Amino acid sequence: MKKYPIITSISYPKKGAMGKTGTWRVFKPILDQNKCVKCLQCWIYCPEATIIRKEDNSVEIDYEYCKGCGVCANVCPTKAITMVREGEEK
Amino acid sequence: MAIKDLPLEEHYIPGSAACPGCPASMALRMVFKAIGKKMIMVVPACCTSVIESLHPYTSFDIPLLNIAFEAAAAASSGVAAALETMGRDDITVVAWAGDGGTYDIGLQALSGAFERGTNFIYICYNNQIYSNTGIQRSGATPYAAWTTTTVGGKTEFRKEMGEIVQAHHIPYVAQTSIGYPEDVYRKVKKAKEIKGPKYIEILAPCPPGWRFDMSKTAEMGKLAVETGAWALYEVENDKITFNGKSKLILEGKMKRKPVEDWLKLQGRFRHLFVPERDEKRLKEIEDHIDMLWRRYRSWVGIEK
Ligand SMILES: Cc1ncc(C[n+]2csc(CCOP(=O)(O)OP(=O)(O)O)c2C)c(N)n1
Ligand code: SF4
Ligand code: SF4
Ligand code: SF4
Repeated sequence: MKKYPIITSISYPKKGAMGKTGTWRVFKPILDQNKCVKCLQCWIYCPEATIIRKEDNSVEIDYEYCKGCGVCANVCPTKAITMVREGEEK
Repeated sequence: MAIKDLPLEEHYIPGSAACPGCPASMALRMVFKAIGKKMIMVVPACCTSVIESLHPYTSFDIPLLNIAFEAAAAASSGVAAALETMGRDDITVVAWAGDGGTYDIGLQALSGAFERGTNFIYICYNNQIYSNTGIQRSGATPYAAWTTTTVGGKTEFRKEMGEIVQAHHIPYVAQTSIGYPEDVYRKVKKAKEIKGPKYIEILAPCPPGWRFDMSKTAEMGKLAVETGAWALYEVENDKITFNGKSKLILEGKMKRKPVEDWLKLQGRFRHLFVPERDEKRLKEIEDHIDMLWRRYRSWVGIEK
């Protein structure tokens, strides 16, 4: 990465700038691919950009950083995403 | 615009300092998608100076300048002037500030930049409070809302920033809500193509500030529009168009929902419902919204 010779405090982009924010979760979004209709609602609304959109418009969840807010489960029209307490998922 | 047509391009990097369910993060993702990396974002003191994460790292993969609370528009003017001098017309200058930094302390710098014709987009994400410092009232806080400085509920109505900005007769003014990310994207994209000052305000329901469950941010942004507590519109060279559900409400094709539907879900309005209903203030809120919609209708020449 190019570093800039600027005499002030300067921050550089990094994944997990605040660490593994997946550890903040109390509830975990679980996606049932069979119910998913690839509408991308979860992708567009996820605040943390942790719904990964694939080329074929299917989606996946980045659990390393997902904060467990539940927005994705709430906007999903087919209830393909359910929030399950951490440690209690099957 | 269909969701699938929005770019995959992402400059909001996961692992930020934002609260779960943060509306500002949602909106930033849309702004980054609409403009891309060829921008310089100017951020005053606000939640976003935290959301972007701590030195020496950042969660935003774009060039960004942090500046004093009151100075977003002034610093943007400097950045825009420098770019113009360098002959760089391919870079979009975006001021990104909260409602405190816009309605209150940054207002004179904002007015000055608009009056000078500065070529930039000023975006206010409006969470109706000073949330970064722990939920104090701002000029955007609605009547009767609890904040840490209005414990019995705010005693004044919020001001209409959209109208104040329109009085500058700049080329583009828009109001949108994070309940409708495609609307946010479309408006930012449109503003990018227009030269001169542009103003966009995004209603940003904040879970800790408004006291609602963090999974309901999108729903809150939609309900604000469906109840008429917030309006989606855009003004191009002084010609106003209402958008989405707000257009339907304006033209009488959809009845706006009772504002209670939106208030009831927010802990900051709890004192209007328990221990007993505060009919007086509930009516004052409905009446105020009715007054606003009468005004909106008069703008587009619809009588009554
Ligand atoms: C001159 C000055 N006064 C006060 C502050 C402390 N301060 C930092 S952020 C902030 C509130 C910002 O509120 P707003 O603009 O609404 O953005 P939000 O925090 O809601 O995102 C305050 C009061 C400051 N940084 N500078
Ligand atoms: S729970 Fe929240 S952070 Fe996690 S994927 Fe869903 S919307 Fe994104
Ligand atoms: S919102 Fe639900 S149906 Fe739509 S893409 Fe996401 S998981 Fe699939
Ligand atoms: S307080 Fe509200 S606006 Fe600020 S980071 Fe948290 S959710 Fe976002």
